[in-house]
Order: sequence, then structure tokens, then C-alpha cells
Amino acid sequence: MNMKERILHFVHSFGWPRIIIGLFLLLLFIAAPIVGVKVSTSLSDTLIRFGMNSVMVLAMVPMIHSGCGLNFGLPVGIIAGLLGGTLSLQLNFTGGLSFFMAIVLATPFAVLFGWAYGVLLNKVKGGEMMIATYVGFSIVSFMCMMWLLLPYSNPTMVWGYTGSGLRTTISTEGYYYHVLNDFLQIKIGSHLVIPTGMILFFALLAFLMWAFLHTKTGTAMTAVGSNPVFARASGINVDRTRILSVIMSTWLGAVGILVYQQSFGFIQLYMGPFYMAMPAVSAILIGGASVNKASITNVIVGTFLFQGIVTMTPSVMNSAIHTDMSEVIRIIVSNGMILYALTRKSEATR
Amino acid sequence: MKQSDAPLLEMKNISKDFFGNQVLTDVNFSLRPGEILGLVGENGAGKSTLMKILFGMDVIHETGGYGGQVLIDGKEVHFLTPFDALAMGIGMVHQEFSLLPDFTAAENIVLNREPLRRNVLSEVFGERMDTLDRKTMHEQAIAAIQRLGVALDPDMPVSEMPVGHKQFTEIARELSKSSIRLLVLDEPTAVLTEQEADSLLQAMRRLSSAGIAVIFISHRLQEIVDVCDTLLVMRDGKIIKDVSAKEADTRQIAKWMVGRDVSLESSHRQFAGDDDDIVLSMKNLWVDMPGETVRDVSLDVRRGEILGIGGLAGQGKLGIPNGAMGLFPAGGRVVFEGKEIALNNPRNFLDSGMAFVSEDRRGVGLLLDESLEWNITFTAMQVQDKFLRKFLGGLLKWRDQNSIEAVTDKYVRQLEIRCTGTKQRAKELSGGNQQKVCLAKAFAVEPKLLFVSEPTRGIDIGAKGLVLQALREYNEQAGTTIVMVSSELEELRSICDRIAIVSDGRISGILPARSDSAEFGLLMLGASGEQVPNAQSGADV
Repeated sequence: MNMKERILHFVHSFGWPRIIIGLFLLLLFIAAPIVGVKVSTSLSDTLIRFGMNSVMVLAMVPMIHSGCGLNFGLPVGIIAGLLGGTLSLQLNFTGGLSFFMAIVLATPFAVLFGWAYGVLLNKVKGGEMMIATYVGFSIVSFMCMMWLLLPYSNPTMVWGYTGSGLRTTISTEGYYYHVLNDFLQIKIGSHLVIPTGMILFFALLAFLMWAFLHTKTGTAMTAVGSNPVFARASGINVDRTRILSVIMSTWLGAVGILVYQQSFGFIQLYMGPFYMAMPAVSAILIGGASVNKASITNVIVGTFLFQGIVTMTPSVMNSAIHTDMSEVIRIIVSNGMILYALTRKSEATR
Repeated sequence: MKQSDAPLLEMKNISKDFFGNQVLTDVNFSLRPGEILGLVGENGAGKSTLMKILFGMDVIHETGGYGGQVLIDGKEVHFLTPFDALAMGIGMVHQEFSLLPDFTAAENIVLNREPLRRNVLSEVFGERMDTLDRKTMHEQAIAAIQRLGVALDPDMPVSEMPVGHKQFTEIARELSKSSIRLLVLDEPTAVLTEQEADSLLQAMRRLSSAGIAVIFISHRLQEIVDVCDTLLVMRDGKIIKDVSAKEADTRQIAKWMVGRDVSLESSHRQFAGDDDDIVLSMKNLWVDMPGETVRDVSLDVRRGEILGIGGLAGQGKLGIPNGAMGLFPAGGRVVFEGKEIALNNPRNFLDSGMAFVSEDRRGVGLLLDESLEWNITFTAMQVQDKFLRKFLGGLLKWRDQNSIEAVTDKYVRQLEIRCTGTKQRAKELSGGNQQKVCLAKAFAVEPKLLFVSEPTRGIDIGAKGLVLQALREYNEQAGTTIVMVSSELEELRSICDRIAIVSDGRISGILPARSDSAEFGLLMLGASGEQVPNAQSGADV
């Protein structure tokens, strides 16, 4: 009986959706060797994708806490990150320093963009998420022009035939390629690779976020999201707190895309950031967050489940049916997960 | 007035309790066709509960039904839903409008009872494909408006109407139901101008002569006296007076409404502090709070006293603390301990050492989704840096979980907050316990002056006593000055030293708590201070 109660309590606090998705993921891992997919490769793929995306999922947390909703405007932060990354390459920083400088150079953009984005969101209270989506799309389109016009000159970045305007994809090879992935990397056998540095970097940011939420300002931010009128009646400047949360989200988005690029190996400009917000939004919703409640656990669980499913389903299905359907399956699965997650946005577990 | 002898409606020995809290006791009255019955009483006297029973509202069944009998044409009826009541020809016009703003008056009047016309599609697919018969709709609406006898354009969209016309549209909608025999009007004149109210009263007389009985609820006593045949005065769930309206005058009615046995007199406090030690002074305060507009209030609060602010709903008493705190746009001067407080920013108010317990518990007072710990400590933490541990020379302010738990625990025990633990979420508590959490939140700030707004609204009698006692003890032990706003005069009289009555956004007078209740009643109805003996008028305090 006691055991049963404990299990029921766990199920209740963890939430059925996560248990079902988790079981499905486990099933995929069990099925993998049967259809000839290496579990070790799949596992390291999942871990790498977890590391690549987790910071962008973490970027959802501040805005959810302050009641600005899900950050569909994540591209705003991504653009700041892209500016930081390309500037770092332009200034010819290499290795670990180039990654550090990319973050440093992205920061003023993130703060400036985040502030402007926050001011805008304060004017559309109640409709933040729709406006955020438009803001994200608009800034991507605007930057499509700017990438061509900005006076970048590093030959590895610009179009070869004109010598001006940035290319659609730029290799980070020789700059910050794998600086986090390879840090303290653990290799087990020939196929299982654990990107320790990248996961540690996420852990550091997640810890800082957790710590922030335990400070006075962090407490105020949560209260603003929970009941803005209460917060105002307790002397909190609601608008300023919301702007702060948007700046934090935007900065984390900027850092998130840099982490993504150092692992992926390429900076993707132009339409690259266009749909970046959706997987991050879905991951945190699948992790059990709601529109105004999110915890670090939601981020970790959600990113792992979302990326795990998106990584595993295509490879397992592909091997099972022996036709190259991976791209089709990948699109169906990832968009299916997004769709599912959006239907779940009202329920929350803490 | 045509009146036949058989009563249309009879309510016999009606009683009702909400979870042991008796709100109606042994209510009896009857109503003949064409009779206009005035129903008056303070807020919370049981008027609306009585009407809810008449209409078979869900809230009545969900809370265990009622005692006694409702008879229509001498036969007992049991309405399970308001639709049953409508079918028996009883209509009600509520205080809040339930109209579709983008529809015209005519469309609203016949809404959901539109005359339909069959067409090819509806022959095939059934009634849902019928089209509206606009011409007949229009005729029906005009007939209803003429029955009411007012000038109302049937083609005007509701969103463009003045508020009085919206009221007429609502009434016309009830009248357009051909079976209508009894109409309940719940404070229909509260939102009307005097002229509009006059034409409504005339319309009521016309309805009465056409044999439709009317139950008229109003706070404007003159109207009641003018238009009604009989008068019911309710107080504390009982009918205090059932008289012919001709025999009553407004002063008498006011006394019946608020009056109570003088045995309470002994508990009235006598203020022991210094009359000239003014701790808070408001000058020409105006507050733009929807429904509770404050026009021009000047009020001095003495150190250590409990000052009550009373008055009828909508007159502006709630606006005073809300405006002083800065939750609604306000102007004028507020001076606390000799220092002027800039308005429109709650932070200034809190920093100066005042606190406010809002009447809107769930909207303003609580973080419903957070724990009691957060609810009780949040304001003190943010305003006064309490319950924080500081690192790096104050740069990092970390929540101090131990002291948060300790202080929450202290208030849970002190105020007897019933909860499963300090981590329980505020929304899971009952209304009374939520109110105690709100008080604890204010106590944790240790204010020098505490505004409390409607501290007992919506909570049961036991919790009421505890809350009032907690306030009084806090005042006596910590020496905190308390300004308490309440619609319940008796509650104010039992705890306050002085009571200011607000009428039409102004202080109509200030009386000692032991004054005669009729005097308070007169002030509430807008008589100025000079007309009431003993009262300090608003102007010279």
C-alpha cells in the first residue's frame, strides 16, 4: 500500500504526459538494437542534442516567471547571439577565447534588443505570446537584409564572388568549433561520447538561474508572473521586472545559439533562426511547465524527452522500414511534438 | 392601482443557511397582482439571497436548499432553475447588464426567442436553419418598449446607448415575454440619472396598473416611498418591518435598516489617545476607481485610533484606501507623520510605514498559486528587506527560508489560520483563512498605520469575529492606527472609535461609534453633516 501510494504520488507529481513520453523513449532505445541501430551512438546523439538545445530552453524560464508567457520571440536573442558570434569571427578571435568573446560581444545587443522587446511586450499585456511571435519573425526578416549590408570582411564569412555580405552558413571550424563539447569529453568505447563541457556549461547557467530565483529580485519576478496586481500592491515596479525578465531571456537565447553553433559546427544566418523558438517552447511545455510556471527540472526533463524523441524516432523507424524516410519522419515527429506540447500549455506540474 | 385579493406570490417561513451561517430566518410576505413591493436593507441583509430562492438559482441548491414554502397562485412551487421561474412568468433585471453590446435594442429584447421563418434549407435540415423574421422581431420589440412607455430606439446598438437606455432595454426584454406577471428590479435606478429614474418609476406605475407585480430593490429610499405600495425592511436575514409605504418616511426607514438593540453599546470603544495628534491627513483627495469614485475627501486620522469608513456601496468608501495606496489614479494631498506622500505609487505608501489589506482578496491580496510563506512574507521582504540573508555586502539578497518559515508559523498559530502547513497554496484555503493570511501579510510589515478594506466580506460569522478581534488586539498591543472600511455599519460600530460616512464621493459626516444608528443612516443617504446633530461635517475636520 505504501509502495502504491508512493508510486501514485510520483505519477501525480511527474505527470502522465512525461511518463508516457518517457516510456516511449525507453521503448525506442530497446527497439534500437533489434533493428540494428547502435544504442551507444543514439545515446550520445541524444546527449549532444540535449546540450545544444538546453540553454535555449532555459531561456524560456525568466519570461514565464514574470508572466510574459512563452518566449516565442526567442529569435530576438538568437540574432543577438549571431551578431556576437559573427563579430567574434570578424575580429579573428580563435579557440576558447572566440567563444568567450562571442558571448561578451553578444551581451550588449542582447540587453538592447531585450530592453526594446520588453518595452513592447509591456504595451501588449495579455497578448504577449502572439506579439512575441511576430517580433521574432520580423527581426529575422529584417536581419536578412542586414546580413547582406553589414560591412563584414573576414574571408571565411563573406560571399566568395562579391567579397561582401555574409554567407548563409559559416563554419565555426578553427574558431569556437566544439570548444565546449571537447572540454573534459568522456569517450566510452568507440561510439559513446559524453559532451561533458557542454553539459557543465548548461549546468552552470541552470544553477545561476536557480540561484537568481531564490534572490529578492527573483522572488519579485515570480510574484509578478503569479499575480501582477499583488506585486504592484507590494511596491514592485511590475513593468521594470518584466523588462528585466525579457532581457534575461534574450541574453540566454543569445548564449544558447552560440552553444548550439559550437556543437553543430556552423553559424546559420538568414532564415536559420526563423523556427528556432518552436522546439524550445515545446521542450519546456513537455517538461511540465505552464504559461506562468516553470522550473529548472521542467527544462531538463523537457529538453531530454523532446530531443530524445526527435533523435531516436527517425533513426529507429528508418532502420525498421528500410527506406530513407528520415527527413519526413523527423519533420512529422518534431512538428507533432510541438503541436502536442501546445495543446498541453495550460497544465502545470511543479 | 388595480389589486385583486388572491396573492400572486407568497413566501412562507423562508429560511436559509450557508454552511451553518444563518442568512435568512423565517421570512414571510405576500404579493398581489399589480402590487409594487419595495425591498430595502443594508448590504448583506439577505435581499439578494431571498431573490435567489425565488428564482431557483443554482447556488441555493448547491448549498443545501432552503426551508419554507414558495407559493404562486396559492400552489407551492419548487424552481430548480431560473428557467422554471421564467416559465411561471417571473422576470428579473439584474444590477449588472447582461446585454450583447453589438446588437441593437430590438435584437437584445427578443434574443433567443426570435420569431423564425421557415425556408428551403430549414425544411431539409431542421429548425436550426430557420431565418429570423426581422419584421416581427421589430414589432415585438416596439410593443415591449411601448408597454414600458419610454423613448427607446429599437435600432440603436447597445454599445452606443446611455446607461439608462441599457436599463430600459433589459426591462423591455423581460416585458416582451408575454407571460410576465412578476418583475424583480434589483437596484435599477442606481446607475440612472434623476430624470431617467423618474421615467422608470412612471413605467413601474404603468406596469402595476396593467396588473404586473413588481419587487423593487433600491437604496434610494425616497423612490421607495414614492412608488411602492408596501415596504419590506430586512436586517440580518429577518423582516423587520412590513408596512404600507404611505406610513413610512425615509428617516424611519433608515432607522429600521441599520438600527439594532442598544445592548451592543457597552462594547463601543472610547478613544483614549490625543485628539490633536494627527498621524495621517488627507486633503481634497480624489480617486478614479471604477464604481467607487472619490470626489473630494478631507480626513484626519488620529494616532492610535480605529477609524471606520462606512457608507453604501458605490459611494466611494473603497476608493479612499485604494487611492491613498496608489492602486488607482488619485490626486490631492496625503500627509503621513508630517511628510507628504506622493500618490499613484504603492511603493511610497509602503515605504512610509503604512500597509493596506485590500477588499479584493483574490485579485489584489493574495498570490493564489503560491505558498502561505510567500504570501505572508512577500511584501515585507520586498519593501523592508526582511527575511533575506545578505551576501557580498548586500549585493546578493538571498531568501532566508528559516526566518520565512518561522514567521509564517507564528502568524498561522496567532491568527489560527487553518491549513495543512506553511507550504500550502493560498487558493486552497477558505475565504476566512485567506483573509487572515492577508492580515498576516500586513502585520508582517509592522505598519504604523493599517488600512483594512472590507475585512469580513464573504466570510462566515466565526471567522468574522476572529478577524475583528485580531485587528483590535493589533491596535491595542502594537499601537497601530487602523483605518477600516466596511459596508457593515454594525461591524464598524463594534470596533471603531469614530466612523466617517461617505456619500457620493465625499465625507458626509463623522460620528462617534456610539451615536444613534438613525444618524448614521441619514448620513449614508446623503444628508450633510449640518442636518445631523452630533456629526462633524466633512468640511471642518
